[in-house]
Amino acid sequence: MNRIMATLRPDLAVIAGHVAPGAKVLDVGCGDGTLMAALRDERGCDVRGLEIDPHNVAECVGHGLSAIQGDADTDLALYPDASFDYAILSQTLQTTKRPDMVLEELLRIGRRAFVSFPNFGHWRVRSDLLWRGRMPVTRLLPVGWYETPNIHHLTIADFRDFVAARGLKVEGAWYLNGDSLISPAMATWRAEHAVYLLSRG
Amino acid sequence: MASLFTSCSQTYDLPDPLPLDGGQSLEGVRIAFETYGALNDARDNAILICHATTGDQYVASPHPITGKPGWWSKMVGPGKPIDTDRFYVICPNVLGSCMGTTGPGSLAPDGQPYGLRFPVITIRDMVRAHMALLDHLGVERLYAVVGGSMGGMQALSLSIHWPERVARVLLLATTAVMPVQNIAFQEVGRQAIMADPDWQGGAYYGTGRAPDAGLAVARMAAHITYLSEATLSEKFGRRLQDRDAKSFGFGADFQVESYLRYQGSSFTGRFDANSYLYITRAMSYFDVVDERFGAGHNARLSEAFAGVTARFCVVSFDTDWLYPTAESRKIAHAVNAAGAPVSFMELAAPYGHDSFLLDVPALDRVITGFLSR
Repeated sequence: MNRIMATLRPDLAVIAGHVAPGAKVLDVGCGDGTLMAALRDERGCDVRGLEIDPHNVAECVGHGLSAIQGDADTDLALYPDASFDYAILSQTLQTTKRPDMVLEELLRIGRRAFVSFPNFGHWRVRSDLLWRGRMPVTRLLPVGWYETPNIHHLTIADFRDFVAARGLKVEGAWYLNGDSLISPAMATWRAEHAVYLLSRG
Repeated sequence: MASLFTSCSQTYDLPDPLPLDGGQSLEGVRIAFETYGALNDARDNAILICHATTGDQYVASPHPITGKPGWWSKMVGPGKPIDTDRFYVICPNVLGSCMGTTGPGSLAPDGQPYGLRFPVITIRDMVRAHMALLDHLGVERLYAVVGGSMGGMQALSLSIHWPERVARVLLLATTAVMPVQNIAFQEVGRQAIMADPDWQGGAYYGTGRAPDAGLAVARMAAHITYLSEATLSEKFGRRLQDRDAKSFGFGADFQVESYLRYQGSSFTGRFDANSYLYITRAMSYFDVVDERFGAGHNARLSEAFAGVTARFCVVSFDTDWLYPTAESRKIAHAVNAAGAPVSFMELAAPYGHDSFLLDVPALDRVITGFLSR
């Protein structure tokens, strides 16, 4: 993995490492454009972003990137079918009002979709609930229950069920603990974070 | 060619008649403009700034009539977001205006002022004149075109009709189609001018009388639309002007009334009523789909952007009710659908439509960033 990609957040590095060079990519919830810049500069991709925070959009503009301020819950409907090779949703699924609809839109707009999310089934989360009876506050879910933007928590098991029920094809799955990739074994307990590559099959 | 208003700008006299969308062509067109910075050897650092309705070429130099600093002097200059150490900035006064560019107050070939004999012009006609100026200045392809409000309409028109001549398009608080509510406001302004007996069917030049009262009312109505309720409340509230009690008359009891009267009357000293008619008419007509496909064609907005390759940045302000965010978002999605790279953001600012002219640090950052690479 090269220099720029090595500085990416681990889930973004996984995604960046598996996007085909030169692909057309839509990054939904692109933040300040870190992943977009890496995909453009390292993989020669044609990348567009959608981002809810205008300050983040301004950051993207300052890096010569193209981002549109908008809301994944409402604005994905405006994009034509199959207009991108990949649609990316990193650490955003759990903040959407209707994650199911957002995923449907992702796979309508993109031929493939990368989805990454924090795993609410991680053992530390489970133990917080089991032993302390508290909603967990962790590294990846750092905000208290009353002010968190994460309104649809999910676990890896939930996601697997969802994907199976919708008949979606899992083309790749990566599990992260801290900054390291771990094996799929017991991932529902051990992974803090998951990255999936989906297609309609 | 003479004009009501003197100007110390550079001028360029078009050698050929300028064809107009209305079917006529206009001979002897003069364009007044200001430039800042220097064109580099590669001739690829030119930025065209398009001014708003009643703006002028004095984007970063003092206004010759009012003595006030240039209307965007906070944005244009050495080390500023539109950096004149790096860029060659061109700001022309639009066709139909009254600051040195040919307009209804100019003399027609018969030696008399045009008045209402001046042809009705469009936004694209203004841009056509700009293109002739760029030819004259040796600028084949612009690094960027930048425009707010009516300036944004010109930038849009340029990007669609002369796509090979611009690499970046920066649109602020603007629209691809004049919203009906704005057509309505502009009609109020025009009717106020025409209702003034001193207007004299537009032939008031040299009579010693001009429709100042009508023009002032037009300006007052328009000025309200440039602001926001928050700005007006903060600036004036319901405070009384130089008095402790209501006068029970029709004087300017409220500070806001006094302010609007001042805005109206000071405007008449620097702007020509007929120019106001022509320029607002051009804006009312503005519709890029019409410009591209002709009126009555029901093409989508995105089709108007077909073949456009420039990189776009579209900015709206959350308190702008004249050109609300929805209009900017339509442009962004249409450009996106047409395949050109585009960024869009709605910035928070309290000042309404005029936010792009005022102190909004986030806008400075966006413009600096967009022009940086």
